[in-house]
Amino acid sequence: MINTPDSPQGNLWEVFIQAKPGIPHKHAGSLHAVDAESALLSARDVYTRRGEGMSIWVVPSHEIVASTEAEADSFFDPADDKVYRHPTFYEVPEGVKYL
Amino acid sequence: MTGNQALFEYLLHRGDNALILAQRLGEWCGHAHQLESDIALTNVALDQMGQARMLLTEAGRVEAKGRSEDDLAFFRVEREFRNALLVEVDNGDFARTITRQFLFDIFQFHTLKALRQSENEFLVGFATKSLKEVTYHRTLSTDWMKRLGDGTALSHDKMQDAINVLWEYTPELFDITEGDAVLTKAGIIPDMEAIKLAWNEEVRSVIAEATLEIPNTLGYEARGGRIGHHTEHMGYILAEMQYLPRTMPEAKW
Repeated sequence: MINTPDSPQGNLWEVFIQAKPGIPHKHAGSLHAVDAESALLSARDVYTRRGEGMSIWVVPSHEIVASTEAEADSFFDPADDKVYRHPTFYEVPEGVKYL
Repeated sequence: MTGNQALFEYLLHRGDNALILAQRLGEWCGHAHQLESDIALTNVALDQMGQARMLLTEAGRVEAKGRSEDDLAFFRVEREFRNALLVEVDNGDFARTITRQFLFDIFQFHTLKALRQSENEFLVGFATKSLKEVTYHRTLSTDWMKRLGDGTALSHDKMQDAINVLWEYTPELFDITEGDAVLTKAGIIPDMEAIKLAWNEEVRSVIAEATLEIPNTLGYEARGGRIGHHTEHMGYILAEMQYLPRTMPEAKW
């Protein structure tokens, strides 16, 4: 079982922790490991020392597809001027019940 | 020997095992090959320290001479320590540290499992709490044994060297003193023969899977910890561990 990692420290992994059942896993940080098993053990040691979690995901960093800064304008700006997408845009007419 | 004396000696033995191992593992802080292993080893050290505190506090209570956990940890001399020699062996390289940890984790795991059936209420509570920690230690060190033993030619050689050095220290883990025999009879501590069988089976199977070999020690077995006869390493460990409280006994932090 010989791995050929990116660096002598292993590959980079992203760690996601779920704090309670039913809520989403949140990104906690990253670490180096040679494979999934050791990534999981290290994630437990590095990121859950103070009772932070009850479930851990580890994902190879290179598997994450991220948007780039160059795309930011086309991705996010159109949402800026669409105030009607926020519920606060609408006035609730007087007398409406059970809304 | 009265039951209380025997129990005091046993608690001291187990407490000293945990204390000295914690001190050894703590030496890795800031020195492991990567941050992840650094934190993993010091996590284990802190778990062992927690166990040492519980055991030495209880030992002081059983002894009933007013000695606290700190009195027992910092104001005894080498000959009064009862830990097995295995835990004081120097860290060597990472291979030796992880192999020492593995050999000890499997011992602790099976002992704690059996201690949950003790007639002694403290030991039941202690074992139940500590078993969760030690189950994780065992997963971690077993993973490293296989990973490095069955890794590269270099990692394999380093692991084999480690087993060659440490193997002769393992029989002492299962020694029973006169006091232990009294406690075993009373159902307070488990039968060490059964623990030894379970340990042997598990250790040998992991070592085989890691493509490593049990060395031939020509019948030589290092022992003496239970009667206070320690290795040449022990004085240095205590010097470092006890320096501060002996220099400033009232220091608080």
